[in-house]
Amino acid sequence: MIMQTDVVVVGGGVAGIKAACELCQAGSKCVLVERDSVLGGKLRGWHKLFPSFTSSSDVIEELLNELKQSNVECLLGSEVVYISSTLCRLASGTEIQCRAVILATGYNLFDARIKEEYGYGIYDNVITSVDLERMFHTGTISTLSGAAPEKVAILHCVGSRDEKVCQRHCSKVCCITAVKQAIEIKKMLPNSEVFNFYMDMRMFGPGYEELYLTAQKQYNVHFIRGRISEAAQLPKGRLQIKAEDTLTARPLIMSVDMLVLMVGMKAPKQNALFALATGLELQPSGFISSKDLFLEAVLTSVPGIFVAGTVTAPKTIGESISEATMASRAALKFIEG
Amino acid sequence: MAVKNFGFSISRPRTIDMDKNNLRKSNEILRELPELQACIGCGSCTASCSAGLLTQFNFRKMHTLVRRGEYEGVYKELSKCMLCGKCRMVCPRNINTRKVVLLIKRTLGDF
Repeated sequence: MIMQTDVVVVGGGVAGIKAACELCQAGSKCVLVERDSVLGGKLRGWHKLFPSFTSSSDVIEELLNELKQSNVECLLGSEVVYISSTLCRLASGTEIQCRAVILATGYNLFDARIKEEYGYGIYDNVITSVDLERMFHTGTISTLSGAAPEKVAILHCVGSRDEKVCQRHCSKVCCITAVKQAIEIKKMLPNSEVFNFYMDMRMFGPGYEELYLTAQKQYNVHFIRGRISEAAQLPKGRLQIKAEDTLTARPLIMSVDMLVLMVGMKAPKQNALFALATGLELQPSGFISSKDLFLEAVLTSVPGIFVAGTVTAPKTIGESISEATMASRAALKFIEG
Repeated sequence: MAVKNFGFSISRPRTIDMDKNNLRKSNEILRELPELQACIGCGSCTASCSAGLLTQFNFRKMHTLVRRGEYEGVYKELSKCMLCGKCRMVCPRNINTRKVVLLIKRTLGDF
């Protein structure tokens, strides 16, 4: 089958949905292609968003309502196998001819099993930040045995700033997510003790530093500067962790009921395939390069291919949505010549 | 027969064992002065410290050790503080550092 449209938006996460809405509202024809059977992307897995504790389902709902009111053609369950600025071929064999493409393909989560020393997938009560969000969704935080954890350690930078796993970059949102999650744990389990092990606290956004202070002063969350070097399982599913408390320059050991790994953002392998097919430039991290970081952030090295959201770097939900608006404007300007 | 001293001894482990340390006193201090938890470890206090110029005294390290439940020797160390208050003036988190010194000494006593 051959289809024709003005713009193909690849990826149905927040950036893709917003870009498609904007294009349609401006009167251009647009096809939104999503690999999954549902729209919403990674946001579907999160419970509440930092720093305001906004429910992520509210954000998705708002975007999907906007989408319903626009005339976007959505192709769900469709994997893109080839892309250029004028053609998008799907795994089903369908070809979409277009005049511009917006890539909003996002990121992958770092697979915590690769950091074997923390025992994710081996020990009972080592979970990731994503697993914890799922627990928040169900309304109970519990260890595998069903008990509420009394002591929880949260480790920042798992799969970020770590050359041993080919992830040199900072995933940016994990610090503030860790602060948010620590507060959420304390809200649900006021008698629990939460220890955040961090390398640097990167509170880059509005209200983030304030939330960090709230976690410290109001919720009594402990912050220890040092990377956990290893975890070992103790009887009854407890875990012993080792780190250096770098501010006192002493090794530190501690046993906890649960260890939460803040998994970072990884560039998907398909970025390299897209780059090979189209001539798009990649950054050393594997994320796609913008044409210019300041003035043309949503343009790429290939005319007619635009980018929105985390396809170029780790970003927040808000940043991804704003960028989608910029990308759709740039695409419109391009097809209008 | 006197045991000959070869100059060897067994070093005490330097590890902070959070399972053995009792945080009761530390929590008492933090309850009275929650702002101490807002310390970001910048070291401005230590850099401006009059006592630290002349001795090994390190205020940042001392109150961090207290927060980990490592109380031994802290009282004696904190006695080096002359309460000049320069650290309070430079603290970016606006922590009442003089109160921290007095509160820790009062709570721990001569440990």
